[in-house]
This record gives sequence, structure tokens and C-alpha cells, in this order.
Amino acid sequence: MISEWMSHPLFMYQLRWEYVFDRKDLFIDGLVLALWMSFVGLAIGSAIGLVCAFARSSGNRILHIIVTAYVEFIRNIPLLLLLFIFYFGLPQAWPRGSAERDFILRVLPTPERTFVVALSFYAGAYLTEIFSSGILSVSKRYLEAGKSLGLTRMQLARHVTAPIMFRTVLPSLSNTFISLFKDTGIAFFIGVRELSFAANKINTDFFRPIEGWVSAGVLYLLTAWLIALVLRFLEGRIKWSV
Amino acid sequence: MDMEIVWQNRELLWEGLKYSFKLFAVVIVLATVTGVIFGVGALYGNRLIKIVLRTYVDIVRGMPLLVTIFLIFYGLPAYGANLSPFQSIALALTIFSAAHMSEIVRGSVSSIPRGQEDAAKSIGLTFWQRVGSIILPQAVPVMMGPWTNLAVDMFKATSLATLVSQADFLFSINKRAAAKGHYLEFYFAAVIVYFVICFTISRLGAWASRRMQVGMAS
Repeated sequence: MISEWMSHPLFMYQLRWEYVFDRKDLFIDGLVLALWMSFVGLAIGSAIGLVCAFARSSGNRILHIIVTAYVEFIRNIPLLLLLFIFYFGLPQAWPRGSAERDFILRVLPTPERTFVVALSFYAGAYLTEIFSSGILSVSKRYLEAGKSLGLTRMQLARHVTAPIMFRTVLPSLSNTFISLFKDTGIAFFIGVRELSFAANKINTDFFRPIEGWVSAGVLYLLTAWLIALVLRFLEGRIKWSV
Repeated sequence: MDMEIVWQNRELLWEGLKYSFKLFAVVIVLATVTGVIFGVGALYGNRLIKIVLRTYVDIVRGMPLLVTIFLIFYGLPAYGANLSPFQSIALALTIFSAAHMSEIVRGSVSSIPRGQEDAAKSIGLTFWQRVGSIILPQAVPVMMGPWTNLAVDMFKATSLATLVSQADFLFSINKRAAAKGHYLEFYFAAVIVYFVICFTISRLGAWASRRMQVGMAS
């Protein structure tokens, strides 16, 4: 009776967490790398987003079309395809030995770098939308007041629009950071040693799918939750101090 | 770029695209239905139901989708679950998007004025009548926008089947590109196809949303 019970599939797979604990460095390094990549992605993406958002609101039609095309292009394709384009496609675009190819290989020498660049491009499109709505939320009155003081358009953008906008987009920036952190998970596919890489390695090397992926999942969850907590706290402080 | 090479491989790519469409269709139907049920449960359920649903939604939304996919794809068979690869991915995507759908339902129902519920109660409607013919019908137009975004995200997420080597559209693109050594042409085709599909979904959603808003008291 008991032995019949124990041969039920539910008891056949015994959890052995030591496979994860013996390789905890792999997970910790992976987590740190994932956080770092999402941070760099957010930083470069914000720079792209800021430039694009101001370019789109500048009133120049050609700039408007270029930025809209970029945003719609990124938003309507999967991140995985974008990653493949950067990782497999770009180095193939020019023949072996050409100067352009050497340049690409110099700029994107490792999978890590390639992923961060792809992620930045991806984030840039979403951040353009966020900054655009931030620009729109700045009341006309401030701009008119600035104009009446004789500020140039660059000065208006730099000293009036940007500081006011910054406060309204701050929560969206935090959310973007968290979703970028979760997006780093696909990087293991091109061999980046981030958190999912560790989980996948535990699965492929030892056939321990549950231990590896549950550990990665818990780490993702806790980290995302912690980031949210810290950023909410910082948002509260920044809002009061400005 | 010579797009001829992509056209020569159209049949294999079409097989991949069909897989993606099938996955998308199954997931969007299942996720919408279960999402509405979960959303209603999260709004009107008793404490236990609320806690269970809250935990489920927070866990699933806090992890990358690929963790759910790998856990279902490799984890469930370890416990004797007899699912085909397609069923595994469909299940994982459904678990993920149902959580998002449940939040969409919760959010849009919360935007319906409290007076509607009170008025429905005062004319003696039962709970299911209130939810089914007063609250949800008014919440649907509010839901359309986020639901369309979810649908676009879901179509893009079907590409994650590539990670577990299932022959979806992106997988066949990659496979053919590697076999022929013409990455740029195939990726260009993939960009066009994904763009057209996702753009169509969001246009259709916007159109339906506009149609539904007609005649709605705002």
C-alpha cells in the first residue's frame, strides 16, 4: 500500500536544494549582473528617451516622423527578435574583414555588451513615450512665464520643462527599471551569465529544473519587490525636496 | 539585401507563423476567460479567495515570464504531468496573462462609480445579475485599451517559445537564417511580420474601443 503510494509521480522527484546552494555564487553573480545590465539599460535608454521626446515635441516634422517610427518599430517587435538582430544579424551585415564589421565587433565584443545595447534601444522607445507624456503634462503657463523672461528654447527645455517633467515621470522610471530587470532574463539565450543562466545551468547540467528555476524565480521576485520598496521611498523624498 | 531567399523558405516560415497564431489564439481566449473569473474573485470573493488570488497575481507578475515557462515546461513533467510541449507553453502563457487580465478587470471595475452597484442593489438584483448585467458590461469599454495592450504583449510573448526550442515563428526564422547564412534578410522579414501583426491588433483594439464608447454615459 505504502510502496504503491510512494511510486506515485508526486514522490518520484525529490527536491534537492543542495544543487542550488553548492552553486550559489552562480546565482548571486547572475543577480548582480542582471541588476547592472538593467541599470545601464535604464541609463542609456533614458538618454535616448530624453533626446527623442524633446525632438518629437520640437515641432520639426522630420524629427517627429523619425522618432515615431523608432518607437513604433521597437514597441511592435519582441525583445528576443531585437536581441537576435543585434547579436546574430549586425555582425553579418558587412563582409568579413570590412571596416564596418570590425567596428561592430569592437563595439559589441561580448554577449553582455550586445545585450545591454539591445536593451537600451528597447528601453529608449518606452522611455520616449514616458518622457513625451511628461513633457505634455507640463502646464503651458510655466512655458509662457519662461518665454516672457526671454529664455531660449534650449533654456526652456533645460530649466523649465525638464525639472517639472522629472517629478511626474519618476514613478514610471521606477516601473521601467523593474520591468527591464525582468527582461534581462532572456539574455542567457546568447550566453550572458545572468540569473536565468544559473537556473538554466542547474537544469541542463543536473536535470534539476524545479530547484534551479524556483530559486531564480524567488530571487527575481524578492529583488523586484525590494527595488520597488526602495524606489518608492526615494520618490517620496525627492518629491518633498524639490 | 536579397529578399528572394526569404520567399524561397516561405513554407517553413508559414509553419512557424501558424504555430505562433495557434498559441496566441489559445492563450488569449483562455487568459481572458480565466482573467475575468479571477478579477471578479479578487473583487468580490471572500478573504481566502482574495488572499490566494492576490498571492498568485503578485508572484506571477513579479517574475519574468520565462521563469514561468521553464517551470511549467521542465518542472511539471518531473511531477508526472503529461503535457505536450504546446500545451505546456500555452499553460505558462495563460497563467501569466490571466494574472495581468485579472488586474485589468479589477482596475476597470473599480473605475465604475459606486452608485451603479448601489442602484442595482436597491432594485433588488442578485449578485450575479449585478455583476453580469450592470458592472461588467460597463467595465468592458474601459478594459478594451489595456486588454489590447495585453494582446499585443501576448503575441510578442509567443516568441519566447523559441527559448524552449518550440518551432514558433521566431524559431523558424532563426533556424532558416542560420541554415542559409542570411541573417539580415530573415530578420528584416520577421520585423515586418511582427510589426504588421502587432500593429493590426492594436488598431483593431482601438477601433473596437471607439465603437464601444459610443452611447456610453461618461
